[in-house]
Amino acid sequence: MLASMQGAVESGLLYALMALGVYITFRILDFPDLTVDGSFTTGAAIATVMTINGTQPWIAIICAFLGGAAAGLCTGLLHTKGKVNGLLSGIIMMIALYSINLRIMGKPNLSLRNQMNAFDQIPVIVIAIVLAVVIKILLDQFFRTDLGLSLRATGDNNRMIRSFGSNTDLTTIVGIALSNALVACSGALIAHHQKFADNSMGIGMIVIGLASVIIGEAIFGSKSIFRATLAVILGAIIYRIIYALALRVPGMEAQDMKLITAVIITCALVIPTVRRAINTKTSARKRTAEVLSGLSRPGGGGR
Amino acid sequence: MLKIDGVSKLFNPGTVDEKIALMHANLHLKPGDFVTVIGSNGAGKSTLMNIISGVMKSDAGKIFIEGKDVSELTEFKRSRWIGRVFQDPMAGTAPRMTIEENMAIAYTRGKSRGLSFGVTRAKREIFRKELQRLGIGLENRLNAKVGLLSGGERQALSLLMATFTRPQILLLDEHTAALDPARAELITTLTDSIVREMKLTTLMVTHNMEQAIRLGNRLIMMDKGRIILDIPESRKKDLTVEQLLGEFERISGKKLADDRIVLG
Repeated sequence: MLASMQGAVESGLLYALMALGVYITFRILDFPDLTVDGSFTTGAAIATVMTINGTQPWIAIICAFLGGAAAGLCTGLLHTKGKVNGLLSGIIMMIALYSINLRIMGKPNLSLRNQMNAFDQIPVIVIAIVLAVVIKILLDQFFRTDLGLSLRATGDNNRMIRSFGSNTDLTTIVGIALSNALVACSGALIAHHQKFADNSMGIGMIVIGLASVIIGEAIFGSKSIFRATLAVILGAIIYRIIYALALRVPGMEAQDMKLITAVIITCALVIPTVRRAINTKTSARKRTAEVLSGLSRPGGGGR
Repeated sequence: MLKIDGVSKLFNPGTVDEKIALMHANLHLKPGDFVTVIGSNGAGKSTLMNIISGVMKSDAGKIFIEGKDVSELTEFKRSRWIGRVFQDPMAGTAPRMTIEENMAIAYTRGKSRGLSFGVTRAKREIFRKELQRLGIGLENRLNAKVGLLSGGERQALSLLMATFTRPQILLLDEHTAALDPARAELITTLTDSIVREMKLTTLMVTHNMEQAIRLGNRLIMMDKGRIILDIPESRKKDLTVEQLLGEFERISGKKLADDRIVLG
């Protein structure tokens, strides 16, 4: 049980980079980017193939980061210069990447057993924590720079930032590229962690990323960028813990996991809405009762 | 400072809905000119603003800023010289960002945006000092999200953000129209004092006749995509709303029809 919890936290931290990428597009840029399903595998494919061919794992992972950025760049160009609808440009890239990933890997899955591994010398948990914290801090700082501010404003008020001389096409492309770079980096780390890459490992990744963002924000809030990025990382870990617990339920099998993911994200989306509706209703009823009793009392103010 | 030379714009060209938005419009603003623009619905006031700022491209004619032909430049490139305040109080600020972050974005108008911090201690002092100009206490709320401000406060902030870097041209597109009378008056007063103090070359569209007469040193009237009347400072001083409406009727042969018109 304890071992599976530690495993959940480890992979949660590695998946957190992907969730941070999703956070950048969905929340900051307000751009629903589905490239993620493809670019996650792209990262895994690049890192695996390079490692097998003798490249140092960490260099391979940096290359995966750049490969993801290139994928994001294409989506960004499709959307801004090609004027293709945001969802559609993500889907187009996702399907293109499916073939590209197969080309990179040469076959549908590759094993990293008996190869150099990124986690050879230092325990996974240490690397995962350091990486998540460092990238979180770097992102927080980036979003306080002039470029970061104009990127945030692009998602917040497009018209306003253009009137202050920012090229929103450029900021959108930068944001999507950065997002997919993080996603690919996460894919590369996961491949090294599980010691294989599979052409279908990215399927549903966007939903997992979204679930992490939504769970994190619902529990830890998103008042500032600092809080939000922290919430996203913790959300990714919590998602993995729920996932690990669900797997222990008798009768559940690995093949049910996508369904479980769908159920988790549905709960994360619906519960806050329902709770808010109930709260509003009860407080409205309470207040109305107060006002009414105040009115019926002689001389009572209906304040 | 700003020269509009024979600018024309057609909407839906070649279709049954074809409409002349601007017809060979000419206008020349000297440095420090504060021109108010009035006109009936569909006269082309907003189109004129959009063409100057680069939101739309004209079908004919050229735009010059300080003698430089900017007709082919995109909106974001032109905004280096042009500050704008929109009618919608929500349009000029980013709601999920703080007041100081919004000010930082305005501060880098026309500069390339790199990886230096947007808000530093030195810049924060500048922002605080500039915000004091508004006199509504925003300087004490630098870390408040702009989305929490009222419409009037947001419009005051938009006005400051559009002006404090002293752009060559200031465009105000009915920027008090969506506010209640008291807020509108506040923004009008602020506009007057800021434009005077910073000596900004300004073009202001308004549907408030009294405001159009009171503010600025020149008044132009538009109808059907043309500038039909240009009143210089000497005549504008003693102008009344009645005279202005009479003038419009005399030239265009109809009553000034603006569904939001405010006489004063």
